[in-house]
Amino acid sequence: MAVDGAFIELDGVEKVFDVRRKTGFLKRERRQVRAVDSISFTVARGEMVGYIGPNGAGKSTTIKMLTGILTPSGGRLRVAGIDPSRDRTRLAHRIGVVFGQRTTLWWDLPLIDSYRLAHRMYRIPDARYRENLHRCVELLELTDLLDVPVRQLSLGQRMRGDIAAALLHDPEVLYLDEPTIGLDVISKAKVRGFLRELNADRGTTVLLTTHDLQDIEQLCSRVMVIDHGRLMYDGPLTGLHEAGESERTLVVDLERELPPVEVPGARVVRVEGPRQWLAFPASASAAPLVARIAAEYPLVDLSVREPDIEAVIARMYADADAGAEAGEAEKAVS
Amino acid sequence: MQGLRAYRLIAGMWIRSTMAYRASFVMTAVGNFAMTFLDFVTIALMFSQVDALGGYSLSEVAFLYGLSGVSFGIADLGIGSMDRLGRRVRDGTLDTLLVRPAPVLAQLAADRFALRRLGRLTQGALVLGYALATVHIAWTPAKLLLMPVMLVSGAGIFCAVFVAGAAFQFVAQDASEVQNAFTYGGTTLLQYPPTVFAKELVRGVTFVLPLAFVNWLPASFVLGRPYPLGLPEWTAFTPPLVAVACCALAGLAWRAGLRSYRSTGS
Repeated sequence: MAVDGAFIELDGVEKVFDVRRKTGFLKRERRQVRAVDSISFTVARGEMVGYIGPNGAGKSTTIKMLTGILTPSGGRLRVAGIDPSRDRTRLAHRIGVVFGQRTTLWWDLPLIDSYRLAHRMYRIPDARYRENLHRCVELLELTDLLDVPVRQLSLGQRMRGDIAAALLHDPEVLYLDEPTIGLDVISKAKVRGFLRELNADRGTTVLLTTHDLQDIEQLCSRVMVIDHGRLMYDGPLTGLHEAGESERTLVVDLERELPPVEVPGARVVRVEGPRQWLAFPASASAAPLVARIAAEYPLVDLSVREPDIEAVIARMYADADAGAEAGEAEKAVS
Repeated sequence: MQGLRAYRLIAGMWIRSTMAYRASFVMTAVGNFAMTFLDFVTIALMFSQVDALGGYSLSEVAFLYGLSGVSFGIADLGIGSMDRLGRRVRDGTLDTLLVRPAPVLAQLAADRFALRRLGRLTQGALVLGYALATVHIAWTPAKLLLMPVMLVSGAGIFCAVFVAGAAFQFVAQDASEVQNAFTYGGTTLLQYPPTVFAKELVRGVTFVLPLAFVNWLPASFVLGRPYPLGLPEWTAFTPPLVAVACCALAGLAWRAGLRSYRSTGS
């Protein structure tokens, strides 16, 4: 095990899929798809990292390699000093996995039964199991749900249940694949709050994929962006905004229809009756802008919209792609 | 054994899950028994018109039927839901099994473990009981010993077919019907004497998919009947070896299938 804290290590990790496609009655075309193309990064113990990118970018493939589900086609990969694909079951004791879209809980049984199974399957010592269960149940507010069959739980309750199930064996790292997808605002807040505490109190390393920029903003000090199987960005979230030159949107409602508002540092991108949309750099403060507009225009109401992750990323590669057209991710073989 | 333990734990969870719908469980169990029961009734009805089927009396056919039924019943009860693998690959839920600290084969073998399958096993046992009560066998120690050996080996051979079929579903995810043709189809075939089938078919289930070793060959010894395909007498004692070989091959196929899944994904 690495002493310097490099808990997850990827060095030139690749994953190439053979995809067969029917092109005729019996003719098949074989194509190689590079789902993950030579990715290298390390995650230190106790870090909380957001792993983002558009659909099909290679996020899930990376998570599957880190958990030992998939064998890499090339490169070196270690989690807690273990090669996941070779020592899958040994690694399983040290990691927790939550797949946002697929529950691991037992559908027809009370929630507590799924935890009892984990207790025995992971051979968790009794005292530790009781302590962990108590803590998770308390923090995730599951007390009243333990005797409820899982099929009767709401999506948010089930997600909390799934997170607890992944943590009973004290994993050193927790992988979360879209943990807040489809959840309401309150459930999202509960999940985020819990993850923050888990990371702060227990030092659990957390790696999460998400489409929700707020997940990253509220949880992760570090974000990695992947697209076409390549790591496009690795650093703090603020840097991502700069790299993507992302813009926030100020929506203002004026008293009446007026020509586009003119203020320095922002430009009007859309006008619809008395409502106008202004784009301004995400790194700039909205306060002076608002003050200025309020002073010069009959302002009724306003709101600020954060850039969504897709837009930030799309903008990021708009530049990268223009420079490197040749870097195609797919190569026809025959 | 880590695998057996995981199997027990998961099978236990499925039993509790089915008990959440107790009435449904009772109905399907009874239905299962009734369906297989009627299956034998059709054979008995056939014998109201003829005295022998392929030279075998009703009791002798019942003997073959019972042996095949019990062997298959054990395998079906134990790992009969393995044909769900294809579905798990398609909807991605196989991945949730791969992150648990237990062998995937054991977890999958226990998948949807259903006690209602006891219905089939019970019916096979009843028919076998009927056969033993009515058929005339000159029992010797060798024949007595061969009985349990035959049942266990037969169950092993059927298990191997289930596992091999599941392994094939890593490649062809919608092949569960093909697997059923071999498992459920195979057991139906074995319920009749080999003498009623074409030689090619008998050859196929002897040398290619060795189902003949479940009951046809050993039963020929117990009943004192001529061996199918004129095989020598010692073949009646080979079922354990055949079962071990089949299980080894199925295990290899399983490993190859799982390896290919882990290198290609779904």
